Amino acid sequence: MACPGCIALPLDGEGPQARADDILLSLPDIHCQVCIRTAEQALTARDDVAAARVNLTLKRAYVTPQGDVSDDALIETLAGAGILAQPLDPSVLRSTETARAGQALLMRLAVAGFAAMNVMLLSVAVWSGATDATRDLFHWISAAIALPAVTFAGQPFFMGAWRALSAQRLSMDVPIALAIILALGTSLWETALSGHHAYFDAALTLCFFLLAGRYLEFRTRAAARSAAEELTALEVPRATRIIGGVPVDGPVAELSIDDLVLVRAGGRVPVDGIVTDGHAELDRSLLTGETIPVAAGPGTAVAAGEVVISGPLTIRATAVGRETSLHRLADLVAVAEAGRANYTPLADRAAALYAPGVHILAALAFVGWLIWAGDMRVALNIAAAVLIITCPCALGLAVPAVTTAASGALFRKGVLIKNATALERLAAVDTVVFDKTGTLTEGAPEVMNWNTLGREAQSVALALADASTHPLSKAIARLSGDRAALTAITEVPGFGTQALWRGKSVRIGRAGWAGPEEAGGGLMTWLDLGAGAPLAITFTDSLRAGAVEAVAALKNAGLHVEILSGDREGAVADVALAAGIDTMRANCLPEDKVDHIAALHAEGRTVLMVGDGLNDTGALAAADVSLSPATALDAARVASDMVLLGQSLAVLPDAVQCARAARRRISENFQIATVYNIVAVPLAVIGLATPLIAALAMSSSSITVSLNALRGTRR
Amino acid sequence: MNVLAYLIPVSLILGGIGLVGFIYTLRSRQYDDPDGDSRRILDAQWDDQPKP
Repeated sequence: MACPGCIALPLDGEGPQARADDILLSLPDIHCQVCIRTAEQALTARDDVAAARVNLTLKRAYVTPQGDVSDDALIETLAGAGILAQPLDPSVLRSTETARAGQALLMRLAVAGFAAMNVMLLSVAVWSGATDATRDLFHWISAAIALPAVTFAGQPFFMGAWRALSAQRLSMDVPIALAIILALGTSLWETALSGHHAYFDAALTLCFFLLAGRYLEFRTRAAARSAAEELTALEVPRATRIIGGVPVDGPVAELSIDDLVLVRAGGRVPVDGIVTDGHAELDRSLLTGETIPVAAGPGTAVAAGEVVISGPLTIRATAVGRETSLHRLADLVAVAEAGRANYTPLADRAAALYAPGVHILAALAFVGWLIWAGDMRVALNIAAAVLIITCPCALGLAVPAVTTAASGALFRKGVLIKNATALERLAAVDTVVFDKTGTLTEGAPEVMNWNTLGREAQSVALALADASTHPLSKAIARLSGDRAALTAITEVPGFGTQALWRGKSVRIGRAGWAGPEEAGGGLMTWLDLGAGAPLAITFTDSLRAGAVEAVAALKNAGLHVEILSGDREGAVADVALAAGIDTMRANCLPEDKVDHIAALHAEGRTVLMVGDGLNDTGALAAADVSLSPATALDAARVASDMVLLGQSLAVLPDAVQCARAARRRISENFQIATVYNIVAVPLAVIGLATPLIAALAMSSSSITVSLNALRGTRR
Repeated sequence: MNVLAYLIPVSLILGGIGLVGFIYTLRSRQYDDPDGDSRRILDAQWDDQPKP
């Protein structure tokens, strides 16, 4: 027979999902059977699709192609059926491996549960008075079920214990494995001597409860990981290369130095390089935090990660892939992360106290009884009872149950917990540091001085802005009002938009083209009406939804709130005032941000960093716990422990409250478990613990802590 | 007590059937898309004949 673990795994090709050449599409908006049917029918109606299956739980479609079919064609088909689809990069998703590990664990849980129930049934007969040959028969049947079941189901614990012991340390798995093996060993010996007490049921129940805890823990981590992977897989990095004057689309990975790369308006620069052709404005906010776009023309050096606002630009690559400045920032993250690695999760700290304590207690009971009664059999039985009664269910089951409940609640609110210990670290936070651009603010500008412009200027500005995709133009075009009748509208990339109005040339655009040569700081554009002095239109970066409420609630909860930005002093001060934050630092380089976090640490503070840009990645990694919005750059999301899936920041105080509640629940569970042990361990040590008492103590403590955990975060 | 000779095997076999059934559901991927499966049953598309 094959390995029992493999039985649980589906055969290759069985079922429609996750084939190697399948195309994966994300369908974020589907929610019912009609959506499923519409999507599947639309996809299978195509000649080049062999089969399509929608998974509603993951909100994905698996499409088996017949011949050659591109993602874009499928997305268009679905759009025609009214369903929004996005391509997913299957190489980033490792859900198949995760699913296999989960199924193997579920299989062990099922075997342990089956065996525990049957053995418990036989044990009840023994406890209620079966004697002599009947008791021996029941014990032998129990042994026949328990031995193979434990050998299979207990493997995670045995392997964990072996790994810990070969690295010469104690982990949670060591007392668990020892308790199981010792309980089975003494029970077998007792059974062979037709003794009264056998612990087969206890060993199996222990296995079952702890596996349930493992499975919960695994599920939480797998769900977080697959959601994080999905965010990454949604960004398929592509670039347009110019080969012999013809633009060719291809993956970013295929670019090499001296390639000519074309970046269209709205696109992100994939390489470090020098502009060879075109004029445009660059948005560097993700790299530096500046909100004001920078002008670029032939000869300007550009860095990977910058966004071309008005395009197009042709760039000669000077550095690609891992050599780009974008990737060099990753080194900063690695250095900063080293500082965080020394956090020990609560459960591990408890285990460090618990594991040696239990071993010493069991060994003392064994030696004591060996000296007192001089009987090896009695002494071993009592040592096994002590180990079983002190079973670490509170640690193995209660902590994962609390974490699962809390991360589930937070996920429904739109906060994705990526890191297993992030929740605990979030509970300890006393300082919250925000980045400005794109985190506290939307990163989308709003017009400030609209009403000072005058009606004619407004109508011209609106008409000019309608013709452009520049973010500042879009901010103007969002406003309502009459549009002036313009002719010969042309957009001049990198400068602005111009047109003819009543025979005069009118322009809207940057200083030096539509306005004066030298303009003051601040986010602004200029409107030249062809007569009189050019008018300045100033902008402000609007606050993200829920920012004010979040800051107020965080302050109410006794937390210290700060802004740490790479932008100019004035812009940062405006946002700080609007959001109600007293402490701010402007003009920060990425290194300054890391240093500031380190300084806060030195003051003894526990810091939550919220940021979205590349310039924040170091600080995100250096902080005790970090959060980034889903709109953040991949690098920032990777560096942070939590991702904010929604738009609003208002869930942030809830998340902190939820984390604190979870932490409180975990310590309550430790207390409950301690009380059980204080009552039951003396019984075990003086030899009064029968298998019945052991089973009662263990099950009731496990059930109490689980119920307490579930009560936990439901508020 | 002779009844034990029947009852113990019977209880073990019944439990075993449950275990085998669970393994079957696991192997045939019935836990991959619980939301979707609970919705698909509401769809009348394959009510008259099974999906080919």
